[in-house]
Amino acid sequence: MDSIHYHYLVDGEDFARAGEASSSLKSKLKQLGFPPDVIRRCSIAIYEGEINMVIHADGGDIDVDIYPDKIVMVLKDKGPGIPDIDLAMQAGWSTAKEQILSLGFGAGMGLPNMKKSSDEMNVETEIGVGTTVTMTVNVPN
Amino acid sequence: MDKFKHSVFLKEENCTGCITCLKRCPTEAIRVRNNKAHIIAEFCIDCGECIKRCPHHAKRSHRDHYEDLEGTYKYLVAIPAPSLYSQFNNIKDVNIILTAILMTGFDDVVEVSAAAELVSFASRKFIKENPDKWPLISTACPTIERLIRVRFPNLISHLLPILPPMEVAAEIARTKAMKETGLNAKDIGIVFISPCPSKVTFKNSPLGLEKSNVDEVIAIKDYYPILLSKMKEAEANKIDGLSTSGKIGKSWAASGGEAYGTGSENYLAADGIENVMQVLEALEDEKFGNTLEFVELNSCNAGCVGGVFTIENGYMAKAKNKILARNSEALGKKYALSPDELEEIFTTYDHFKWTKPVTYEPVFRLGANMMDSMQKMSEVEAILNKLPGLDCGSCGAPTCRALAEDIVTNTDGANISDCIHLNLRNSEE
Repeated sequence: MDSIHYHYLVDGEDFARAGEASSSLKSKLKQLGFPPDVIRRCSIAIYEGEINMVIHADGGDIDVDIYPDKIVMVLKDKGPGIPDIDLAMQAGWSTAKEQILSLGFGAGMGLPNMKKSSDEMNVETEIGVGTTVTMTVNVPN
Repeated sequence: MDKFKHSVFLKEENCTGCITCLKRCPTEAIRVRNNKAHIIAEFCIDCGECIKRCPHHAKRSHRDHYEDLEGTYKYLVAIPAPSLYSQFNNIKDVNIILTAILMTGFDDVVEVSAAAELVSFASRKFIKENPDKWPLISTACPTIERLIRVRFPNLISHLLPILPPMEVAAEIARTKAMKETGLNAKDIGIVFISPCPSKVTFKNSPLGLEKSNVDEVIAIKDYYPILLSKMKEAEANKIDGLSTSGKIGKSWAASGGEAYGTGSENYLAADGIENVMQVLEALEDEKFGNTLEFVELNSCNAGCVGGVFTIENGYMAKAKNKILARNSEALGKKYALSPDELEEIFTTYDHFKWTKPVTYEPVFRLGANMMDSMQKMSEVEAILNKLPGLDCGSCGAPTCRALAEDIVTNTDGANISDCIHLNLRNSEE
């Protein structure tokens, strides 16, 4: 059968609302009866992505396709792009500003956590244009 | 035993079919059909929000009654919840309340707050021994346990598998009574004086053990006038030494008290069902790392002192409880028991642990299997596109999404024609 598609708009101006997409997706995955671990991983992956989009890119769009055997999440922003992906993938590396750090975010765990939570992750980025992160979480048989 | 048995019910003649409860139910368990608000049993967690909100007093809770106790048992033991104490004004000595309880016809009284100290000790030990399960989540509030069981599958392994103070108190009370009277277990009635309906549910359908040791659960608010009439006499004839609990046990009555008893430096205590749900969402997303040791969650504002069966406002009761707990400390009673006595009890530490696991109950699942669920979810989204998205509740479901789900899952004969806005639009065209 076809996938079920969801689109979420991430508001770049409101920290308090980051997490809404994660929360909404989580409740749908529960209704669909996915295994708890799959739900947990999707939810963490999306949440970290939302926070990243708010901190670095003034928000963006999230598209999720739910298939019986996998969940594909595409997070697209029009932010500054990532100059060195390998560096950004290192745990603890962060370019977050003082103000963000003071809010308790920007610990440099965003991308590493997203990679850890998904089975496949692909990052496309262009300086000055934006970043698209595609993550897939497979559903074990 | 019905695992979705719950205590809240509708007194039909009082219900006007307004949507106050519908909109306040945290698990969307209520539907208004034929002008009556009925409860979907599998979704209800007995939080009592609908009872608190209903302007027509149509939402009630089952419970046992003091008036029915006489003659039912040969020997009656009251086990009052710690939250009972703060329902009175200007009480400096809990022994007065306990004396008054005896005067109302009970043969003995065993404080739940004393049992709570044992539970604190067991919890402290379990937390220390199981860092891989951090943060451990409190299981003293049955509503929270039930919420996690149906909504937060990833957090079930974090539930603290220790029996709640009510159960431990009931067991102590029965053992003591059997020893002192020589009666059979069934001739002894253990009566919990409760701040909430959730404990009624627990008695009938417990989590973590096969069968509750509590026989009857009466409501603080029902019993209060009876107790109040004895208070003056009790003050004059106070029996000292009835109260054995200290600061730690008495603190359990209000939010933060249980966490205080664990001695943990890294804990979180939240109260009020909406706050609790936010915390659970955050825990599920692993936003706290692994340094948080313990999470105390109470469904009611301010904790058990704010329960549906209490009389005083929760926060006022909390303030009063603080004074009572502090007075116990002044008496040198941080724990009711000496460290030696505690150590001795904990040679039988297993005694406090759950004997039956709690398992995930996916009641919110749309279909029988994933393919069926996906099919139904697609249909839900299609219907949702047609609905106005006002979440007005006039159809009898709390949100447009809930109506769409009800239609697809064929719940209560829900139909798209239940939407009055859609009907209006159709008739205008």
